[in-house]
Amino acid sequence: MQIALKFSARAAVVLALSLGFARSPATAATAYVSNEKGNSITVIDDDKLAVTDTVKVGRRPRGIVLNKDNTQLFICAGDDDTIQILDLKTLKIVGDLPSGADPELLILSPDGALLYVANENNNLVTVIEVATRKVIEQIPVGVEPEGMALSPDGRILVNTSETTNMAHMIDTATRKIFANVLVDARPRSAQFTPDGKELWVSAEVGGTVSVISVADAKVLQKITFDIPGLAKEAIQPVGIRFSQDGAKAFVALGPANRVAVIDVASRKVAKYLLVGQRVWQLAFTPDYSHLYATNGVSNDVSVIDPASLKVVKSIPVGPFPWGVAIAP
Amino acid sequence: MNNAAKAPLPATLAAAEEDDAPIQKGRKTVRSLWVGCAFALLVASLWAFAATAAPQTGGAAAPLNVKIGVIRAIHSRDTISILDIPAEDDGVAGARLAIEDNNTTGKFLNQTFEIADVKLKEGEDPVVALNALVDQGIGLILADVPAAQLLALADAARGKNVLLFNVGAPEDSLREEDCRANVIHVGPTHSMLADGLAQYLVWKRWPRWFLIKGSHPQDELFAAALRRSAKKFGAKIVEERVYEDTEGGRRSDSGSVQTQRLIPTATQSAPAYDVLVAADESDVFAGYLPYRNYDPRPVVGSAGLKPTSWDATHEQWGAIQLQNRFYKLASRRMNERDNQAWVAARIIGEAATRTGSNDPKTLRDYIVGPEFSIAAFKGQKQTLRTWNQQLRQPILLGDGRMIVSVSPQEGFLHQTSELDTLGLDQPETKCKLR
Repeated sequence: MQIALKFSARAAVVLALSLGFARSPATAATAYVSNEKGNSITVIDDDKLAVTDTVKVGRRPRGIVLNKDNTQLFICAGDDDTIQILDLKTLKIVGDLPSGADPELLILSPDGALLYVANENNNLVTVIEVATRKVIEQIPVGVEPEGMALSPDGRILVNTSETTNMAHMIDTATRKIFANVLVDARPRSAQFTPDGKELWVSAEVGGTVSVISVADAKVLQKITFDIPGLAKEAIQPVGIRFSQDGAKAFVALGPANRVAVIDVASRKVAKYLLVGQRVWQLAFTPDYSHLYATNGVSNDVSVIDPASLKVVKSIPVGPFPWGVAIAP
Repeated sequence: MNNAAKAPLPATLAAAEEDDAPIQKGRKTVRSLWVGCAFALLVASLWAFAATAAPQTGGAAAPLNVKIGVIRAIHSRDTISILDIPAEDDGVAGARLAIEDNNTTGKFLNQTFEIADVKLKEGEDPVVALNALVDQGIGLILADVPAAQLLALADAARGKNVLLFNVGAPEDSLREEDCRANVIHVGPTHSMLADGLAQYLVWKRWPRWFLIKGSHPQDELFAAALRRSAKKFGAKIVEERVYEDTEGGRRSDSGSVQTQRLIPTATQSAPAYDVLVAADESDVFAGYLPYRNYDPRPVVGSAGLKPTSWDATHEQWGAIQLQNRFYKLASRRMNERDNQAWVAARIIGEAATRTGSNDPKTLRDYIVGPEFSIAAFKGQKQTLRTWNQQLRQPILLGDGRMIVSVSPQEGFLHQTSELDTLGLDQPETKCKLR
């Protein structure tokens, strides 16, 4: 049974890739979840909402990202000071990238040629050329770099530094910082709105999301969260994702065990969705039919239907799920 | 430059690429500048925003240097475990790391930070050190000195533009009847430590305590806090004894033979109890209790499971990053005094970042204001109890090998902040800030 499931999920991926046409919503997407304490990647068939495989990888896997053609997964194995390359057809590690010390989060350039990696231990963003597997530049940023974002046109790279409390805006052509925006304490995650005009930055300890105007690097507003019966210290925003039309934002609130749904136009919280414990990162399926949320303490992922704003399933994964990436 | 053929970039980006280009209307002209060798042509314009979200400035900030004084008394080298003998840079190493962190942030804001370290000799008056620092124009001062000396510093600093950060003394009196408006208390109090421990013991259902305290006045202060915690959380002290300090040394080549006989005798014939709770602020006997007490019961308090602001083994919530940075700087592990000095110097850094000022009065206004909070690797934001200027914080419970638990424990609720279930709370405060 297990083998059959495994085969069908992978076959679906291979088929979709080899034919190369836009997949219909009925085609199963595959979600990959990094388990920070499990030293593993859980593979989930989005069609069946079931785990099809668990792959042993390096130590303390956190940030994960797919390559351009969705054939490989890049995995930050922080305690091994490396980025591993997982081949998604064979589910075998086929190599690694020189990452710099303690890689935590990474992002792929829109053309797939470069990886930008936050090195938490030495205040650097490392730029890696995927084809040659070489470090081509290291950009000094603030203390404990973490969140990474790219503008839709790929021209602005953003890194957040957790102890400096800034979003550093980097010109990807010159690889120089051109603006530093002070946000609230411990910024963890950054995300551009689909139109590229706003940058949203979550502050885990500050408990806010700063909305930044990209054109002039100004904070337009800080979104706060208020959940009755919950201590304000428990509200710790981390992962951010925008709906396909950009009208809604979803923000994972850590130990508040909720994902906030924000109306982007009014910048007001419309709803709180109850998920698992210490909800961390979020990812949409490529067709935006599901939003996955990793719940670190309860060892599961919550699958959210972004249309009805309901949690449709909780899927047990490995110990301390952290990152999630979803391939068509 | 190399983006000429592409679509127009945001104004900030375009400005960065054209050296000395005039910036859009209404903004001050800004200049690019070189910052160190690591940054080539870095900053065309720096945007800093106060936590109020009010945009402050569009131009590169004027250079700001923030000097922090450190006044520290010698800590006793008479420790039961040789692992606890304080290093020469005890405490101040934490401040040095915060200065490094602040300077990394400062690169983006044209701010630099430095410290002036004064290690007091035996019998030296800290007020002389304070006056010398003030004469050098240093008004932000971290103090790791006994309570009486801290009070003397606070009173000597009155009327001067000085803000003191208490990074050592845990006495509740400094936050209560002897509180001062020019002191920010960074480390936890005896009552916060005792409550952090008590909540865990109650959660474990270990409510019967055998309290053994040392014969020094500060031992009685911690013991009093433990008694208060027992009452507050429904534990019972079934036996209380004093362990006399006979003022012997801690080192000997055959010490274990004696202590193996002494400790069972000192702890025998007690009524039934769940835990042996030690109050030994001078490290005279508590370290000898585990495995030697008469009854097979766990030891907590000043030995065994200890409540503390920080421990070398704490790694959760990103703390491993701070531990790694500290080890790289000091070639040793971070203890609670190092951490408290780090937090204090980071509070100064945070306040300077947000206000763009190095003026103690301006920084104090920010630190005691509603916007202030500090991230310090204990899983939640830490804010100030404005009624006595004590930093709210979780209490770690560790056995020296790892962190066993972190208080406040689940289920201890509070209308303002669960952190205020730890220590004396606002309704019972005797503090009148002046």
